[in-house]
Amino acid sequence: MAQPLVKKDDDRDDEVDYSPFMGIEKGAVLQEARVFNDPQLDPRRCSQVITKLLYLLNQGETFTKVEATEVFFSVTKLFQSKDIGLRRMVYVMIKELSPSADEVIIVTSSLMKDMTSKTDMYRANAIRVLCRITDGTLLTQIERYLKQAIVDKNPVVASAALVSGIHLLQTNPEIVKRWSNEVQEAVQSRAALVQFHALALLHQIRQNDRLAVNKLVSSLTKGSVRSPLAQCLLIRYTSQVIRESANTQAGDRPFYDFLEGCLRHKAEMVIFEAARAITELNGVTNRELTPAITVLQHFLSSSKPVLRFAAVRTLNKVAMTHPMAVTNCNIDMESLISDQNRSIATLAITTLLKTGNESSVDRLMKQITNFMSDIADEFKIVVVEAIRSLCLKFPLKYKSLMNFLSNILREEGGFDYKKAIVDSIVILIRDIPEAKESGLLHLCEFIEDCEFTYLSAQILHFLGIEGPKTSDPRKYIRYIYNRVHLENATVRAAAVSTLAKFGAMVDTLKPHIFVLLRRCLFDNDDEVRDRATLYLNTLGGDGAVVQTGEDVKEFLFGSLDIPLANLENSLKNYEPSEESFDINYVPKEVKTQPLAEKKAPGKKPTGLGAPPATSLSTVDSYEKLLSSIPEFANFGKLFKSSAPVELTEAETEYAVNVVKHIFDCHVVFQYNCTNTIPEQLLENVTVVVDASEAEEFAEVVSKPLRSLPYDSPGQTFVAFEKPEGIPVVGKFSNMLRFIVKRLIQVLVRPRMME
Amino acid sequence: MELCPLIKNILLLDSEGKRIAVKYYSDDWPTNAAKEAFEKSVFTKTQKTNARTEAEITMFDDYIVVYKFVQDLHFFVTGGENENEIILAAVLQGFIDAVGLLLRGNVDKKEALENLDIILLCIDEIVDGGIILETDANVIAGKVASHSMDAGAPLSEQTITQALATAREHLTRSLLK
Repeated sequence: MAQPLVKKDDDRDDEVDYSPFMGIEKGAVLQEARVFNDPQLDPRRCSQVITKLLYLLNQGETFTKVEATEVFFSVTKLFQSKDIGLRRMVYVMIKELSPSADEVIIVTSSLMKDMTSKTDMYRANAIRVLCRITDGTLLTQIERYLKQAIVDKNPVVASAALVSGIHLLQTNPEIVKRWSNEVQEAVQSRAALVQFHALALLHQIRQNDRLAVNKLVSSLTKGSVRSPLAQCLLIRYTSQVIRESANTQAGDRPFYDFLEGCLRHKAEMVIFEAARAITELNGVTNRELTPAITVLQHFLSSSKPVLRFAAVRTLNKVAMTHPMAVTNCNIDMESLISDQNRSIATLAITTLLKTGNESSVDRLMKQITNFMSDIADEFKIVVVEAIRSLCLKFPLKYKSLMNFLSNILREEGGFDYKKAIVDSIVILIRDIPEAKESGLLHLCEFIEDCEFTYLSAQILHFLGIEGPKTSDPRKYIRYIYNRVHLENATVRAAAVSTLAKFGAMVDTLKPHIFVLLRRCLFDNDDEVRDRATLYLNTLGGDGAVVQTGEDVKEFLFGSLDIPLANLENSLKNYEPSEESFDINYVPKEVKTQPLAEKKAPGKKPTGLGAPPATSLSTVDSYEKLLSSIPEFANFGKLFKSSAPVELTEAETEYAVNVVKHIFDCHVVFQYNCTNTIPEQLLENVTVVVDASEAEEFAEVVSKPLRSLPYDSPGQTFVAFEKPEGIPVVGKFSNMLRFIVKRLIQVLVRPRMME
Repeated sequence: MELCPLIKNILLLDSEGKRIAVKYYSDDWPTNAAKEAFEKSVFTKTQKTNARTEAEITMFDDYIVVYKFVQDLHFFVTGGENENEIILAAVLQGFIDAVGLLLRGNVDKKEALENLDIILLCIDEIVDGGIILETDANVIAGKVASHSMDAGAPLSEQTITQALATAREHLTRSLLK
């Protein structure tokens, strides 16, 4: 391995980074590998060369196909040596080289010999190598030995065979399943890890047979399990059985006692696994949770960061659904805020934000303010999002929360962090009317000093929507107009549009706005000048206090109700002709966005223009879509639309999600349907809604979807009347109804059939 | 397969984040560039922490990484976000302690590089294709050191000290060559 160390002390003086592989080069090592072909093998030398080859591969060096084949062939010659150390290196080398099927044949007989050798380490490792490089035919040849190996006295050999079996189950399941009896025997082994591996393999083999898994779990939970790893496996399988068993709800859950008993196990990994399993039980009750939470609370004060982390992460998840169950841990959590490990500290804070009550909010905010300066942006974003949820939970506390947000907005931070804060402020402004004025002012102050063009532009756009509706819109004008002087072209253009919006919506401001817009006609940038010109000419009245026509407002500030992708396609397909391009012919169908949100369970409210969930543009497009349907035209203004909710499970043939649109006296369910079967065309698609548990709602109209081809999403609507002004609750069951037409590909043969 | 605890990678880096020995067991990093990017991330993220007395833990990109620093060596074990963190820590500790046994307490970069074959064999005996083979450091070191045993002597008859003594002999012999 090492070059002989000569002049140790001198080397130490001038070598900072001595490495036996310094200056190593692939070509030279491949040359050295010629020693493998020597009739008299020097095991130490060969081991050294193999180590160098493995080092090269490890560092990311690649061998060409030719080089790999050559090396592989030379390595196979090393089977001639009886040196154990060398043989072990040969095994590792073969696994690294991943020889192809025709190369494998060369070593098969040597490996098979080793597989039946007296030396246990040979048997164990030869099995692992063989199973890694084997194919189906070879496997049947060695099957007999593998079955013997599974029940070998030596635990290393048995584990090698069992683990190889687990891997082989992916590629040759029929063969591995024949080993059930041996594997079953191995489950009873007294050797700790053999039982673990056997259990894993047996479960894999039986996993489609629910009854068999049930039996396995039953017998083992009563029997003796010899290693913490095996116990953890058993806990996982038990949870699976509990999940799949019928919810009879009479008395205790089956196997709950077993899980609860594991909370008192010696090994921490088992205690934790059991606690976590309990917290993840379907519909878990507070009574069932208590012992698990006690144990996790204990871990919170462990000296080991791994335990603290595991516990706080699990409690964080529990707090999402059972915040009351976690409140006992609040004191321990608060001390974790100053934990050295910032992941732990962040998790502690976000948990407290979920479990805190209204009175603790102020204290929490103070602690968090100190904490924020200490942590990296990515953690800060997590905290900001948790605070957002807190705001919505305790709307009365908006003042201190808004203050907090505006303070951190002023501090240093990257784009994603600032955006997260701005989004939170926007959501507060939208959902808590009392917070609107202060929120808008905070945003105005922010854009005075904002380095991110995107954020400034979005905020200006938002100001244009919300500002005019406030009691005194005038006070925002100064902030907006300053942007026209001081910023780059994009922001200036956005500011001009915002000014115009104020002028359009608030007639009394028109004279002032016109003066400002006229100054913008001399801007350097053409977009800015164009916009100013447009607004000056269309807002009407030439600066007098006069109402701007609705259609003008619509033209200037209405959103495009057509998805941009569709418009782009239609434009591309338009061929110049006598007929001009007609925008009304562009299809309006909204293609449903993928809805999977990996991290946050439950709906995540978003702020400015964040795709794909409900954004400003989607809200506007919903409004346009609904008002374009004559049956809904007289429902009035759309109050709110929900985020899409999946009604079908993943990977069903027809995927449906629903968006609930709320009007004053009506509710419209928009069902977005997708057909995932290429050979089918669905027609006359409707949703039959069973509103028997929604007595105060009356169905008024159902709008079917005429045609739903493969992979082209469409919408069908059902509208209900509801009482106005009072809160109502109702449960709706939905059934998709359609006519299926099967598409058959017809091959037309040129020759006539007699 | 999802229910069996799985290891995604084991990394041994030096104090500048350069590779000493790494082994990946997952397709999540298909190219060498992807692997190096991950190593760089994980190294930078953990660099400033003090993971010497106790194993530390962090999470990013949907991975859980447990790690510990010994002298100028940084040890990492990675699992998926739903993995039992304590199992990962057990694998990490088994690795570190086994290396400690095999390098006779001299756990530093120079020793590791000079005994890279032992390190690679060690990793090979801990995880196979992502599945944990062994977490007990004594057993792991025993499996590795047994390369110096005579053929035919079953593993159970050799104590770990005996095996290490023979290994030491071999090493001294090769150094004096």
